[in-house]
Amino acid sequence: MTYAKPAFRHPDAKTNEVGCTRRDYEGGLSTLCAGCGHDSISAAIIDACFDLSIEPHRVAKLSGIGCSSKTPAYFLSGSHSFNSVHGRMPSVATGANLANRELIYIGVSGDGDTASIGMGQFAHVMRRNLNMTYIVENNGCYGLTKGQDSATMDTDSVSKKGDINPYTPIDLVRVGIEVGATFVGRSFSGDKAQLVPLIKAAISHRGFALLDVISPCVTFNNHQGSTKSYASFREHNDAMPVDFIPRREAITTSYDAGVVHEVCMHDGSVLRLQKVNEEYNIEDAQSALDAIAYHTKEDRILTGLLYINRDSEELHDVLQTATKPLNRMSQRELCPGSRFLDSINAGLR
Amino acid sequence: MQAKQSINDFVIKFANVNGTGSASANGMFAKAIFRMGIPVSPRNIFPSNIQGLPTWYEVRISRDGYLGRRGGIDMMVSVNPQSFAKDVGEVEPGGYMLYDSTKPLDLRHVRRDIHYLGIPLTEMCLREYTDSRQRQLFKNVIYVGALSALLNIDFAILKDLVSEQFKGKEKLITPNIHALEMGHQYATTHFECPLGIHLKAGEQTPKHIQEFDQILMDGNTAAALGAVYAGATVAAWYPITPSTSVVDAFEKYCRRLRIDPGTGKKNYAIVQAEDELSAMGMVIGANWNGARAFTATSGPGVSLMSEFLGLAYFAEVPTVLVDVQRAGPSTGMPTRTQQSDILAAAYASHGDTKHVLFFPATPAECFSMTVEAFDLAERLQTPVIIMSDLDLGMNEWMSPPLEFDDNYRYDRGKVLRGEDLEAMTERFGRYLDVDGDGIPYRTYPGAHPTKGAYFTRGSSRDEYAAYTEDGDVYVRNMDRLLKKFETAKTLVPEAKIKPAAEPTQDALLFFGTTASPAYEALETLEKEGIHLDTLRLRSFPFTQEVEDFIEEHDRIFVIEQNRDGQMRRLLLNETNVEANAKLISVVEYDGLPVTARKIASVIRGHMGINNVTPLVPKKEELAS
Repeated sequence: MTYAKPAFRHPDAKTNEVGCTRRDYEGGLSTLCAGCGHDSISAAIIDACFDLSIEPHRVAKLSGIGCSSKTPAYFLSGSHSFNSVHGRMPSVATGANLANRELIYIGVSGDGDTASIGMGQFAHVMRRNLNMTYIVENNGCYGLTKGQDSATMDTDSVSKKGDINPYTPIDLVRVGIEVGATFVGRSFSGDKAQLVPLIKAAISHRGFALLDVISPCVTFNNHQGSTKSYASFREHNDAMPVDFIPRREAITTSYDAGVVHEVCMHDGSVLRLQKVNEEYNIEDAQSALDAIAYHTKEDRILTGLLYINRDSEELHDVLQTATKPLNRMSQRELCPGSRFLDSINAGLR
Repeated sequence: MQAKQSINDFVIKFANVNGTGSASANGMFAKAIFRMGIPVSPRNIFPSNIQGLPTWYEVRISRDGYLGRRGGIDMMVSVNPQSFAKDVGEVEPGGYMLYDSTKPLDLRHVRRDIHYLGIPLTEMCLREYTDSRQRQLFKNVIYVGALSALLNIDFAILKDLVSEQFKGKEKLITPNIHALEMGHQYATTHFECPLGIHLKAGEQTPKHIQEFDQILMDGNTAAALGAVYAGATVAAWYPITPSTSVVDAFEKYCRRLRIDPGTGKKNYAIVQAEDELSAMGMVIGANWNGARAFTATSGPGVSLMSEFLGLAYFAEVPTVLVDVQRAGPSTGMPTRTQQSDILAAAYASHGDTKHVLFFPATPAECFSMTVEAFDLAERLQTPVIIMSDLDLGMNEWMSPPLEFDDNYRYDRGKVLRGEDLEAMTERFGRYLDVDGDGIPYRTYPGAHPTKGAYFTRGSSRDEYAAYTEDGDVYVRNMDRLLKKFETAKTLVPEAKIKPAAEPTQDALLFFGTTASPAYEALETLEKEGIHLDTLRLRSFPFTQEVEDFIEEHDRIFVIEQNRDGQMRRLLLNETNVEANAKLISVVEYDGLPVTARKIASVIRGHMGINNVTPLVPKKEELAS
């Protein structure tokens, strides 16, 4: 699939606050399988960035290795991107963020890249509460190497060959809440209405935002018996509707009174959620973990914004880094000069 | 038995128990000699342990200014019964054994050919102090006091050092000076002071020592200062001996120099990563984004970082790594020195990779080469690895003072900024060889609203950073990387070549900490009529002068501290000279710095000259 995209732009295409059309957020043509959930996620990222009126060059895209990690080539072609090595995107993102705290960092990873080879870095980047959005395109299998089980595949899920997975799955959202992610959501690549607002909220969140997006693999993991197929997921999804209202915009969506929960984000935008039950407090980690566990036990998958801590300290707060990005510091600001060296020498005599 | 006689030229070794506070007392001993203006080189020989195992401190005093290990011990200060038997065997005939005489000497360990100096250290401390920690700590200070009498150390200098060491904790000054005096007094009343071996200030020191206003510092601190001066703002690291003190020192100086007094905010970021892989990933991410970032590690870390070093090489991201080498393979001997990461560093990662290496030999070079490494990494857009080692990194060395030219400006390499991109009419090609030197132009993320964005990847790409599996395009890129490595040859620190006093076809080739003992061996051999030209390597890739030097000589002894002669192999691999028969390996890999005696002896052997029997006692000479 290496067609060229038409250069034609509709003269009446809607522009956002920074004068960009949705096309300005697109990337190259996807080389993933037709119908791949990952492409829907790329489209959702494009919508989210357009809606948020982000200037594309203010975004840095980062990824590891795998089908998911190829996708930064398919959105935001006006942004710098770093397709790093397998399972190590979090460290590259950490370094990049330390160098320039002003950019928006969007990481894209897969379940192999995150839950197997990258589990260590994944856990530690969340511990540090790095200010970034980390999207896991979770299909329960290794696509590029032809369908092996991944660590997020559910126990007893059946592979295309008919093998039953005997191992315990790693639930990324639970790991995220446990180790320190301050925004944890789960969604479904096929639920654009929920996914786009979640991505917008994740980008607006100050701190580490994890989005575990179930994204069925149409080639290797979309058959009967697979718990990460479109059919299975739709059947078991307990979707919590989410609406994201950027700063300055009027609230238009209406939910039934009493179940709506409004979360005012760090930048003044508002996230509206329809809660699954009254007891569940999404700003309480234990409450979130209990709700997730309850749904899992009932063979249901809870999606939506599962946990948020709005007042956390991100890594730069902890390190007390200067407001001015480190990559803009000049030699004059950084180099002590020979006179200080003289005093060092004097102290070593 | 004739006692050893020597002024300003002997080796004294302290045998201590790890974790008993001996390090600071021993350090004070060495520093006092340094302050007297006498060339001194102290070395910690320590275990991978916090408390309880034997640890040694070997101090060489050399009026000739030789800073390498000499080999052989003239005086042992034994305060560790665990290692007594081994320690007593190391003393050269005519040498001295200072020991704790609180308990009677074990007669099995008495030799007739050395002199015993018993001081009841434990008894003195038991009498003088009530606190058990003090009893342990002051034992060390008492023997330093005794040595000041026995070896003629300027007592006023010792007192100054105590005052400096306990600045801010003034109440510790008097008890320490008291302990020094107790030792001094015991020695003067019980022994004839000074001994045959002793110090004398104001003696003529060699020219190369005199010429410098010398300082005493360790290589790791110097490298850390280099990173500060180079404007490094991000350091990511994982603790590992012997490199840990690089980032520790970086943080210490950053706290002093890089905190905004108004806001308290930091112009730097240091992250202790979860492992070396992550540390290197952070360094790459930060450099990619336009900050100067570095990490420090040792052999096991180099193994883990290899994957990322390959990415940095192929994706062309500047990276600075300080490798403080230790004895491998695997965990090896983590607290002992070696130069055994040469090949692992030169070719780190799978596929065709080559990395730029620097080989500092002094703390001053650790400083200047680290500054230079940041420039070169950005100029070449590739990793630069500074190959230090435990001996250089963790021991204090006499060194010329650190120098910095205030007119010098950082070379940030080929970077297109926002204004450059704005003025650009042609299409930006991240991997286009515009200048013909193999080095393309890069942009920082966010530099310009519509121009200069590109996709960085570890997979094959074309000149415009687009993914490709086209073999021709891949080859073009790999060849350009090779061209860039050729360009590197014109930019790396040049080798230091020193011709012999008389024309010769023989030569010595060495690098890093092997330099000191090599120069010493050279002078010894010269006195015996053996003349050798020398080349001290300071970098890889090898420059033309290195190839010419090999070409011009018939026999070149390559001295290095690893088993397999890794530098020799690298020279064979990476020069266009037929040198297999010419390059002769001289290796030492027992974890201790190679000695001049060893180098001279091996070379004599190759020259067909009989070696003089080394002055180490044979077993049968030990009294039973």
